[in-house]
Amino acid sequence: MRIMHNGEAVEVTSETLETILNELGYAETVVATALNGEFIPVSMRENTSLNPGDSIEVLAPMQGG
Amino acid sequence: MPTFYGTEVKNPLLLGTAQYPSPAILADAVRQAEVDVVTVSLRRESGQEKAGQDFWKLIQDLEVKVLPNTAGCHSVKEAVTTAHMAREVFNTSWIKLEVIGEEDTLQPNIFELVEAARILTEDGFQVFPYTTEDLIVAGKLLDAGCEVIMPWGAPIGSGRGLENVTALKTMRAHLPDVPLVVDAGIGLPSHAAEAMELGFDAVLLNTAVAKAGDPAQMAKAFSSAVAAGKAAFNAGPMEPRDMAAPSTPVMGKAFLS
Repeated sequence: MRIMHNGEAVEVTSETLETILNELGYAETVVATALNGEFIPVSMRENTSLNPGDSIEVLAPMQGG
Repeated sequence: MPTFYGTEVKNPLLLGTAQYPSPAILADAVRQAEVDVVTVSLRRESGQEKAGQDFWKLIQDLEVKVLPNTAGCHSVKEAVTTAHMAREVFNTSWIKLEVIGEEDTLQPNIFELVEAARILTEDGFQVFPYTTEDLIVAGKLLDAGCEVIMPWGAPIGSGRGLENVTALKTMRAHLPDVPLVVDAGIGLPSHAAEAMELGFDAVLLNTAVAKAGDPAQMAKAFSSAVAAGKAAFNAGPMEPRDMAAPSTPVMGKAFLS
């Protein structure tokens, strides 16, 4: 299905947030996730299924002031 | 040393981590100035490049306390969601709450700030609100549950120093027991010293160090300045006066004319 990932359209075959993150290369990385603007904690990722057109944000530590 | 939400901080110089020429120079600045708290942020991560992972490792190796921010957020919802994401990633309840209201000045939207602070405090966050020098807003933030107030010195990145010293002094006098941090606008160590001389508990700055020709040297200069300013405040500065007053005793002066 086609979803938005950090503002860009991508095609994914997985269905849950956890497996989609693995598919997109985030296995073993420290990231925080939001689905359609709502925070999804790590513990909820495996039970969160995505639908076509959903938008995920995947954020990591970055420099800040 | 300042204490924020029960945690004592070893250096009143709180340092941002953005805009350094390299990660190594950032690390050098933090170490040489013996900084204890650094601010960090969250940004989109690429599953291929994973730039954030290297940065996080660098920060962890510095063994400092991290204060995540909500920089760039413009609404309550954005700021609250970002805070939740930061709490999970950085494993801390501390959050530097920024809700920007206007692009030219990066001035906080104080209405949304107070609302976001209330929501986050109720959710167990320990909020460090980036605000203006407005006393009423500071009171509303305290009512919302904040135990630290961080008024700006001048707009973020401007380096103009303390633009409204009178209001900052008033805030210090009005809130004698609340940890106060001047956040943003500081350009020189003398500005940081001035904030500490007014009785502020800490200063938070980034650009002034990161954009210096030698960031580590500048960080050390700031660290010395905050220590001097704090010592001066503790020592009880003299009151300024308009007219001269001779410091050498007049009594006993020889009559020679």
